[in-house]
Amino acid sequence: MQSELDTRLKLLRTMHRIRMVEEEIALRYPQGNMRCPTHLSIGQEGVPAAIAECLSTDDYAVSTHRGHAHYLAKGGSLRGMLAEIYGKATGCARGRGGSMHLIDTSVGFMGTSAIVGNSIPIGVGLGLAITLNGDDRVSCVFFGDGATEEGVYYESLNFAVVRKLPVIFLCENNLYSVYSPLEVRQPPGRSIAAVAGAIGVHTHVGDGNDAFATFQAIRNAVDAIRRGSGPWLLEFSTYRWREHCGPDYDNHIGYRTPEEFEQWKAREPIAQMRHSLSETGFDVTAWEAPTLIELSAEVNAAFEFAESSPFPAPEEAYVGEYA
Amino acid sequence: MSRREDTISFAQSVNEAIGLAMGQDPSVICYGLGATDPKGIFGTTSGLRERFGNERVFDMPTSENAMTGVAIGAALGGLRPVMTHQRLDFFLLALDQLVNAAAKWHYMFGGQQSVPITIRLIVGRGWGQGPTHSQNLHAWFAHIPGLKVVMPSTADDAKGLLLESIFDPNPVIFIEHRWLHNSVAAVPHGDHRVPIGKARTMRPGKDVTIVSMSYMTVEAMHAAEFLDRRFGISVEVLDLRTIRPLDWAGIFESTSRTGRLLALDSGFTTGSVAGEVVARVSMSLLGKLRSPPQRLAMPDTPEPTSPALTRGFYVRSGNIVNAVLQGLGRTLIDVETEMPEPSPHDVPGNWFTGPF
Repeated sequence: MQSELDTRLKLLRTMHRIRMVEEEIALRYPQGNMRCPTHLSIGQEGVPAAIAECLSTDDYAVSTHRGHAHYLAKGGSLRGMLAEIYGKATGCARGRGGSMHLIDTSVGFMGTSAIVGNSIPIGVGLGLAITLNGDDRVSCVFFGDGATEEGVYYESLNFAVVRKLPVIFLCENNLYSVYSPLEVRQPPGRSIAAVAGAIGVHTHVGDGNDAFATFQAIRNAVDAIRRGSGPWLLEFSTYRWREHCGPDYDNHIGYRTPEEFEQWKAREPIAQMRHSLSETGFDVTAWEAPTLIELSAEVNAAFEFAESSPFPAPEEAYVGEYA
Repeated sequence: MSRREDTISFAQSVNEAIGLAMGQDPSVICYGLGATDPKGIFGTTSGLRERFGNERVFDMPTSENAMTGVAIGAALGGLRPVMTHQRLDFFLLALDQLVNAAAKWHYMFGGQQSVPITIRLIVGRGWGQGPTHSQNLHAWFAHIPGLKVVMPSTADDAKGLLLESIFDPNPVIFIEHRWLHNSVAAVPHGDHRVPIGKARTMRPGKDVTIVSMSYMTVEAMHAAEFLDRRFGISVEVLDLRTIRPLDWAGIFESTSRTGRLLALDSGFTTGSVAGEVVARVSMSLLGKLRSPPQRLAMPDTPEPTSPALTRGFYVRSGNIVNAVLQGLGRTLIDVETEMPEPSPHDVPGNWFTGPF
């Protein structure tokens, strides 16, 4: 069992890595070479970082259109992801999927879907396979608050409970579905987790910007699932900083207020973690300096790889309809 | 492959194929609403749970969309699900999972993974099934790259193609016409396989090619027999068996020999597979055609319920006979007297009392 300090540092490192990648995408996106819808996770690094410490590469995960952070947290190849966003032959999906279709089966990251809620039952099906194959794995299903308005979400929870499948449902509630706020989509005061609990999954609600508490909650759930508890749903509040799709800030267009953004930013996961580490007397800045240099070298090299990789040949488009 | 064969029904043949696949490969699972109920989906899943257990053969929640996603996930996790829906119409709830996930997974993720699932859909006509319990929407599925769509018309092909579908690495839509479930044929014992994507010449001929699928092949065979007996007209009946991928080589070969084409379809006329057959033959073989290609399919209207409204509604052998005669420039028969609609007209035979 690693110490709390070790865990906190790993969480901080993963969050820095994800943010650095996403910030660099945002910086380079206007160059026009990443020609696909790209949904950034800046501000939402807490939950993915926590998952990274709780799952092994044998465990499965599926995710959504906003999947970069989940893919990286699960151990997906950074080079493969960036090359995919650049539409290159070296991309994790050979340029066929783009930012919204990431996969790295070598680490159990089984795919992301661009359709809201689409990957939820697929994660449950992976749970069924785990059970029927007699494996000791967990299937992790990432989704947002918007997906909990899809019928397939309820169908999936129900089946996971009926068959007591080893599935962890991870809901990152960032309050918005594109520009539509939660209050026009769900009744006031009704909790996503409470509805799921009524269906029969074990639930937990937490602050997704507190990465350590998130880690503890996910670890407890994963441990319980491995002991045969059946499915869990964990709902974490969080907030995306940038626009729904694309690299810019959009606080000026009127669907949310700059004040709301500032409130969430003040509680953002990296600053929270740095603060709590400092409070224990740990010299965060001294630890960060080499870490950030190392991460920066990795990220720059990965961008260089993606930008210098060849495009697939046009004929490739017509190959591989069938396995 | 064993040479021995038994005369069994289409439904028994389906049941036998699933049982064989499950016996051969422990990763094959079978589920669907009613899969383990006393009726066993018209007998097609009867006895499977007793043989292979609750883990591998199970009933499911009324959640067509999620359960299709579950099949996809299970396939990604190493299983080979066979999922069944008693009517195609209910499966429409699952189009997101089918089209956006199952059909795309292999291509969209750069060929790293495939989704070996078989989805059995039952279609039909008549017996008051009406607008939403009988639709032949196979053309929709045939439109989607990444899917294979199989529509056998005989019991032996049902077995051979279902086994091939279950062991195919891709998602396969396997469509069974309810009017075929009780039809019988000599079906080879054991692991009898029929390749996906190859049409079958049900009857050789030299004057006209009829391209057909599923139950329409039965009507085509009746028409071909009648045309031969009554007029000495030699009709070649080509049963497509698979509508995606389509056996274009087989269609072109037969049509260029006969110079005449009648394409049949059990679905609505506009956007039908028969329309696609007519289009491609016209584009590729125009110089070899001796008369304009023809098409017969369901009227472009929802299917009504009342038996009064379905009288004369379905394409029958009499319509096929007259279409062939018209293509040959011959005088048409009086269908009412020479090939009257059976009574009742909306069941496969007088013996049929359901369930549908």
